Amino acid sequence: MKYTKEHEWLRVEGDLVVVGITEHAAEQLGDVVFVELPEVETMVAEGDEVAVIESVKAASDILAPVDGEIVAVNDKLVDRPGLVNDDPTAAWFFKIKVDDLGVLDDFMDEDEYQDLIG
Amino acid sequence: MTDSETGLKQLALHDLHETLGGKMVPFAGYRMPVQYPAGVMKEHLHTRAEAGLFDVSHMGQILLRPTRGMEALCLGFETLMPVDVLGLKPGRQRYGLLTNETGGILDDLMFANRGDHLFVVVNAACVAADTEHLRAGLSEVCDVVSLTDRGLLALQGPKAEAALARLLPETAAMRFMDVISAEYQGAELWVSRSGYTGEDGFEISVPETVLMAFAEALLAMPEVAPIGLGARDSLRLEAGLCLYGHDIDATTSPVEAGLDWAIQKVRRTGGARQGGFPGDLRILHELDEGPERLRVGLQPEGRAPMREGTELFASDGTPIGAVTSGGFGPSVEAPVAMGYVAASHAMSGETLLGELRGKRLPVTVRPLPFRPSTYKR
Repeated sequence: MKYTKEHEWLRVEGDLVVVGITEHAAEQLGDVVFVELPEVETMVAEGDEVAVIESVKAASDILAPVDGEIVAVNDKLVDRPGLVNDDPTAAWFFKIKVDDLGVLDDFMDEDEYQDLIG
Repeated sequence: MTDSETGLKQLALHDLHETLGGKMVPFAGYRMPVQYPAGVMKEHLHTRAEAGLFDVSHMGQILLRPTRGMEALCLGFETLMPVDVLGLKPGRQRYGLLTNETGGILDDLMFANRGDHLFVVVNAACVAADTEHLRAGLSEVCDVVSLTDRGLLALQGPKAEAALARLLPETAAMRFMDVISAEYQGAELWVSRSGYTGEDGFEISVPETVLMAFAEALLAMPEVAPIGLGARDSLRLEAGLCLYGHDIDATTSPVEAGLDWAIQKVRRTGGARQGGFPGDLRILHELDEGPERLRVGLQPEGRAPMREGTELFASDGTPIGAVTSGGFGPSVEAPVAMGYVAASHAMSGETLLGELRGKRLPVTVRPLPFRPSTYKR
């Protein structure tokens, strides 16, 4: 698992990068009440605002961590946003198909992420 | 106590909030618990199902002690508010509004007739300005005493009555907006049957000498849980209640805000004590002719909350207002909001558009509150 400084987790699945938010982020947000996901087959660039997550407190954007194509979204979160709080590591948002998984090398590993939020 | 680094004041119950796991944030000059480990959603639902304890000691507690009799004090207070003060009987509380010369709202407040004086509770952010305003306006008729040695707790929810009656049995017989004094461990508590959640409940002014003991005695009860500012906001929003500085301010009139119920007949055109308060020309005119804009309930379609600042448009694209409070209503299980719209578009059932992230999404005007209140009248 890799981590972004925007508190997303990234998991590799074949040639796909699966993206969710970390437990730390879910705790900070509080109860999630709304999730808006991108369209499948959208081409995204790193830093694009691709999903919206709203908690009882505020709205935040989820940014595309890498360039690529959105090939799957987790529709379950739209009907049950609370899944994000129940198990943030299982509640994936979208999967991005990338050309080269090497782009993940730039992201933090578990220890580095723990240091960041420590 | 004030933190020398942040300049933020600490609540008398600060240590208790920390022990309870409260997440402390700056609010109105204080470090306040925004939520406890249960989180906003569970705290909100707990208050609606059981009883929630709120520490609202940041609010201003002010005594108006008459120097020329209660009648002169009440009539004096009426020169600052479009409200019937004289008609409020001893042992009763009423909602009031301090207005300015242009008919806007300087603050909203609760005032109680406690027999030989009035007790006023004002918004935390307005304490200093209100105290000065009251002193300037009422110097002939009373002493204005801003209390600093009392905390204020709110116990809200369907089980509040049973919980509070274990400590103060006489409170069970109170009706909505009654006020009494009650003794706890030798100290005098001032209890009103009121609140800011739409639920039955009580607001209790407690001397700091017994504040911790009293709060701990309530929290030891199985149905009582501590509730933070986050849930306080979602509860009052579902109840359709205004938050000063957001839904009402120095530019909004009581009539625009839909608070005309707080202006009794005796102060309106044709009443025995009509007018005679700041901004009376505008306010009486709006009561008679209707205001140009109105605060309304707004129900967004779908699940996306429309928060404060969301711009509102008529179906033909004309800008007609904005959301002043909005979020997710845990009891309504849907997003809820309120805001001001042009009076011509304030009819319940009308579909408007709210702009969210560049998209205009449907939102329906609906009556407030989103949830009926459960006051013991």
